[in-house]
Amino acid sequence: MTDTPLDPRERSAIIRDSLGVGVATGAYGVGFGAVSVASGLSVAQTCALSFLVFTGASQFALVGVIAAGGAPVSGALTAMLLGTRNTLYGLRLAPLLAWRGWRRVLGAHVLIDESTAMSVTRESTAAARLGFLTTGVSIFVLWNLATLAGAVAGNAIGDPRTYGLDAAVGAAFLALLWPRLKGRRNQLIAAAAAAVALGTVPLVPAGVPVLAAAGVALLAGILTTGEPQEGDP
Amino acid sequence: MIWAAIIATGVGCYLLKLAGLSVPPRVLERPLVERVADYIPVALLAALIAVQVFSDGHSLSLDARALGLGVAVVLLLLRAPFLVVVFGAALAAALFRLL
Repeated sequence: MTDTPLDPRERSAIIRDSLGVGVATGAYGVGFGAVSVASGLSVAQTCALSFLVFTGASQFALVGVIAAGGAPVSGALTAMLLGTRNTLYGLRLAPLLAWRGWRRVLGAHVLIDESTAMSVTRESTAAARLGFLTTGVSIFVLWNLATLAGAVAGNAIGDPRTYGLDAAVGAAFLALLWPRLKGRRNQLIAAAAAAVALGTVPLVPAGVPVLAAAGVALLAGILTTGEPQEGDP
Repeated sequence: MIWAAIIATGVGCYLLKLAGLSVPPRVLERPLVERVADYIPVALLAALIAVQVFSDGHSLSLDARALGLGVAVVLLLLRAPFLVVVFGAALAAALFRLL
């Protein structure tokens, strides 16, 4: 790890790649906005989620649990459990970004899958910071604008079921899960978690089946050994 | 209640991010913690899909949402972008309901 300034070519390559990821990811916000109002949240609540929570899977989880009739507290717990992976990203990035004080406090908000992916492999602190901030800030801006657009459009069209938007929620979760389904172990965990959730649906309050499925992750962690399998960012 | 959940989730998720950048690595960098943290998204997302698509309140159900999920699988196998997958599934479910 060095602190030498970036050469201009490397600098523009990092910015170009990061903005590409930022534009592609930020556009998902349209899907989130539409799905969130279809789940019964207001436009203001939808926009507040993208601004304050700003980690896609957790946002989808909160609205998904509410859409299924779950208590908001179950939705919040599910969302926070999903947010724990950002803690691990932070652990890996901390020595590389080497931020202290207010920079760390501000930078933490854009610590997500994509900003991690675009910085964790860099060889210098300057390159890591540039990749992290360009990706994180461009996604933050576009994600929030796209959320507003999706929420307003979703609100304007009336009953979301007519347009199949209730089916869009499951598809969004599947698209988020897909890259993690490469290894056999993850496939088994996913199948077991789905079975636990569906098995408990008739028995416990809505929202709790998803939390119960987190027990599968805990059990699998205890029963397996070694490093987690690849397939993650 | 929804507003309270939004604010609690926002604060909670932010603190989880900040903790990663602030806590000394040796506190959390253990194989068990890393494995569980890697498995949690897999388990929760799979459970969310199952509940979202195959249940209705307290009963299990099979309807247009399942068809939408099937279409999403096909689109993902074809490496379609996220928005195509999401809105493709919605379109399939909407067309099925028109029949």
